[in-house]
Amino acid sequence: MPDPRLSLRGVTKSFDDVQVLRGIDMDIAPGEMVCLIGASGSGKSTLLRCMNGLEPVDDGEVLLDGVDIAEPGFDLGPIRQRIGIVFQSFNLFPHMTAYDNVALAPRRVLGEEARERIEALFARFGLADHMRKYPDQLSGGQQQRVAVIRALAMRPQTMLLDEITSALDPELVGEVLDVLRRLRDDGMTMVLATHEMSFAREVADRVVFMDQGVVAEEGTPERIFSDPQRARTQQFLRSVAR
Amino acid sequence: MTRRAAYEAQQKRRANMIAGVSTMIVLALVIVLVPLAPGWEAVRASFFNGEVFVRVFPDLLRAFMLDVAIFAWSVPMIFALGLAIALARGNANPALFPLRIFGAVYVDLFRGIPVVLLVYLVGFGIPGLGLPRPWNSPYIWGTVALVLTYSAYVAEVLRSGIESIHASQRNAAICLGLSERDTMRYVILPQAIRRVVPANMNMLVALQKDVALLSFIGPVEILRQAGIFKSLLANFTPYVAAAVIFLCVTVPATRYADYLLNKDRDARS
Ligand SMILES: Nc1ncnc2c1ncn2[C@@H]1O[C@H](COP(=O)(O)OP(=O)(O)O)[C@@H](O)[C@H]1O
Ligand SMILES: [Mg+2]
Repeated sequence: MPDPRLSLRGVTKSFDDVQVLRGIDMDIAPGEMVCLIGASGSGKSTLLRCMNGLEPVDDGEVLLDGVDIAEPGFDLGPIRQRIGIVFQSFNLFPHMTAYDNVALAPRRVLGEEARERIEALFARFGLADHMRKYPDQLSGGQQQRVAVIRALAMRPQTMLLDEITSALDPELVGEVLDVLRRLRDDGMTMVLATHEMSFAREVADRVVFMDQGVVAEEGTPERIFSDPQRARTQQFLRSVAR
Repeated sequence: MTRRAAYEAQQKRRANMIAGVSTMIVLALVIVLVPLAPGWEAVRASFFNGEVFVRVFPDLLRAFMLDVAIFAWSVPMIFALGLAIALARGNANPALFPLRIFGAVYVDLFRGIPVVLLVYLVGFGIPGLGLPRPWNSPYIWGTVALVLTYSAYVAEVLRSGIESIHASQRNAAICLGLSERDTMRYVILPQAIRRVVPANMNMLVALQKDVALLSFIGPVEILRQAGIFKSLLANFTPYVAAAVIFLCVTVPATRYADYLLNKDRDARS
């Protein structure tokens, strides 16, 4: 196995005395696609936010290419370009056009206009005609694709995706999942928290089932979905199958 | 027309008629009753004298241009200083802690003193130091008094605007690698400023009225000019004329602010 892109070692995190992550260990290989599943409140979002330093961890290590970015005082600025994150609620900047949403960070952080690269991204994800529109003129699916493009424009090596289809009307989910399929085909390293079980089964290299702040079970999608070992996993899969 | 639309149209006609009739009754009462008051003739002669009104109006309008000028040069200073104070109060850098304290004290101090008092204190006090011309000008120090007061208010309005922008916006910017500074400048502030435009419009209306307070320290603006006419003509109509001129500016501005506020509320609901 090659050196992992991202490793978590004994990561814990509490909010007001409630321990939300209770010792997470995880290795993510370059190009791997990991799907996080688990009940709402099990800690998936918190885990993703700890992976890029948006939430400081209480204890443990978060190693990005072997460098501990969870060390207190570590300068996360440069790291953030290497890890893109997309949120459930898009969080586009409402006062900017789709294009400006995407172009802002390359312009300010990388110091490049990147016009052609950005236009190519819009074209690739079927939004070439929508670059000049404001977020509120776009459908949810289009907004979420812009959010993905915005993260990709920083040329990240890893993408964290937090239930990015959960706020969408059912008929719009497909277009966003297509984007993820293409990123996977590009070999992007991805960690995806999702409730789309059939999608996880289709694309994931590995499925991680989280329960009450710990990794309760993990394995290939085939194993987790067809032959879950733990009672908690079986129970969760039954509850979402309904 | 659907049944529902017909019903609503009928209800609306009915409401309009009731409103019209009740307004007429009140107007009629005012027109009939007020002149019956024993002092009405005297009041009319000294406050609503048409001849005096026509005579003083052009000069008052000219004097009002000075109010507008003072307003116009105060506004950019008020917003620049207000923004600086709001940012000073919001910064989290420990090295800049004194700046935060300064911002808090500034806001408390200048919001806590009545404008007219500050106009007196600054407008008489500082030129009293015996400064050379032009630094003893009441224009300068009167303007300073207005800028101090109103920038404190604007700072608070801006700060509430900044705090009203959801944390997810900041998170999204930070996660893209933007610095705190760029996040504030390109993501938070533009949204915050837009959101507080109606509140600031109301502030500007209040400022336009408060410019008249400078009449107490010298400049012959509209209120002072009206006072001169009052003494000259032994008649209060110039004050009424001045009030009319103010209303011509402040009423449309207030209505516009309300319109913006409603539009903003509709857009958000
Ligand atoms: N900023 C926060 N402050 C306090 N509690 C939080 C915060 N973020 C998450 N939590 C709590 O942590 C737990 C895990 O939340 P989360 O990571 O969002 O789970 P998931 O994404 O799996 O639904 C929940 O109980 C949630 O209420
Ligand atoms: Mg979540």
